Amino acid sequence: MKSRAVEGDWVRIHSVVLKPGERAGHLPEDTKKVPLEMWNKGFLVLPEFRESAVVGDEVEVKTLTGRKISGTLVEIHPAYTHSFGSYVPEIASAGNKLVSLFRSRKGGMK
Amino acid sequence: MNTGYDALMGRKNDIMKRAVGIDYGSFEGKNISFDYEKMMMEVGYSLDEIREIQRASAVGDTPLIELKNLTALVRQFSDPGKGARIFLKDEAANPSGSFKARRAAVSVYHAKKLGYKGVMAATSGNYGAAVASQAAMHGLDCIIVQECYDSKGKGQPEIIEKARKCEAFGAEVVQLTVGPELFYIFLQLLEETGYFNASLYTPFGIAGVETLGFEISSRMRELTGKDPDMVVVTNAGGGNLTGTARGLLKAGADKTRVTGASVNLKGLHMASDRDFNRKSFTTGHTGFGIPFATLPDRSDVPRSAARPLRYMDRYVTVNQGEVFYMTEALARLEGLERGPAGNISLAAAFSLAREMGSGETIVVQETEYTGAGKHIQPQLSYARENGVAIAIGDPSEEVPGRSIIIPSSPALIKAQDLDLEDMRKSLIKNLILNSKEAGRSSQQTVRLTERDYLFLIEESKSSREFVENTVKVMESD
Repeated sequence: MKSRAVEGDWVRIHSVVLKPGERAGHLPEDTKKVPLEMWNKGFLVLPEFRESAVVGDEVEVKTLTGRKISGTLVEIHPAYTHSFGSYVPEIASAGNKLVSLFRSRKGGMK
Repeated sequence: MNTGYDALMGRKNDIMKRAVGIDYGSFEGKNISFDYEKMMMEVGYSLDEIREIQRASAVGDTPLIELKNLTALVRQFSDPGKGARIFLKDEAANPSGSFKARRAAVSVYHAKKLGYKGVMAATSGNYGAAVASQAAMHGLDCIIVQECYDSKGKGQPEIIEKARKCEAFGAEVVQLTVGPELFYIFLQLLEETGYFNASLYTPFGIAGVETLGFEISSRMRELTGKDPDMVVVTNAGGGNLTGTARGLLKAGADKTRVTGASVNLKGLHMASDRDFNRKSFTTGHTGFGIPFATLPDRSDVPRSAARPLRYMDRYVTVNQGEVFYMTEALARLEGLERGPAGNISLAAAFSLAREMGSGETIVVQETEYTGAGKHIQPQLSYARENGVAIAIGDPSEEVPGRSIIIPSSPALIKAQDLDLEDMRKSLIKNLILNSKEAGRSSQQTVRLTERDYLFLIEESKSSREFVENTVKVMESD
């Protein structure tokens, strides 16, 4: 990851929207105890005197719709890292078993 | 202006009115009732108009595929003469990869016509991608608000994929941790931006699905010479079922039975931080399906156009392991790799087809796209990382949040019926209590006008006697 973000860099920020005491009523106990948090992405907007920002800094961004919002910088050039996960032997073997079962039936493949 | 929680929630109705451009008050009756059909007619578009709007944005007219191998598989386990022919409406072929494009197409078209600069939707599901895709086509700005992470910052892979897809279409995505206050953020953003609320529950959103029911009837008549005997629809907020059923009726398919299907997530709390990552389905489950069916007006608009109990003939649940298994089966036996959440109705149909005659037909009404995060493997391995046991065995032994049981044989896939009569009673009670809460009738005894009776009969698809008995029991409680 890029270590310093400069004006206009695409970044991800984090903020706390509601502290535990400020949350809505009728919440399950576990949810009541934790804050409501938010993540946004946008282009970094720095004040004139500042050249760059690092992860952990309080910064302002301009979002894709042109809104200006602030939060803690958590990622510079945020990437998608979700994947196809780990191998799951149970589903693979269920699939193989199903195919054999189907092919062995009376009359075979249609 | 004060944007604190209570102050903002107090302005809810005004914000919503501006953001959907509908005066819901004009459809309200004096007491409990409101004029549903008038709302659908005056606010929505006709079926022909919608077909035109959707065709102009490459939505709809998706293939209807006969699943011959899955039908043969069903017959391997059915009594002689049983095992209906299974068909599948391949909704993944829509621009954003799901049937939700139908709903978004109408909402975004309408927003543009009214001169809104942008559109917004609160959704962790395929609807976000659909609104983002349509907004891109129409040149409107778009913000999608998602419930995405637990308090440790761990996000459901499926939701993260949908955020990626929304961003691929140029939408701004706002991601939140678990909690119903998502609605507060959503209102804040609506007020700040003045965008259109492309709610899933407006008449536009529901009318958009009517074409799906209509296409199913038309194509089945071409393929088999008759309407389908049953259509199975995944049920969450109720819009998919309501719209499809209305479309079937508009096509004249009034003999077709409409069955709702949801994934069984019994025991998991939808607003619980801990439970959030212990479920493998983020929509199409009972956590939405049952509460929304028994009180549709809990949605983000004053009167939801999604009212599934008006149309549902039967409501079944399937387990998570069964849906994952059918997702694998669809890929391995039919050569169609599709997303798990779209296969809820497929798992239900596979079980229901066994009870039906071999001369009958059953239509699985949707599929959805698949990809990184939104796929059997990442969803199952994520469940395992979060402490959910994955095993092969009898799926009826699955405990939501604790285990996912992949069936050891397709014969073990068994849709479970929910008690629809009980749900109809809950709906009647909720509609009456809801109107009292709104201060419209404060008597101890429930006094219903003739219009209220007719409304409750239609809402619950029941009879006068059924409504009267439910009210009697309610008064004696």
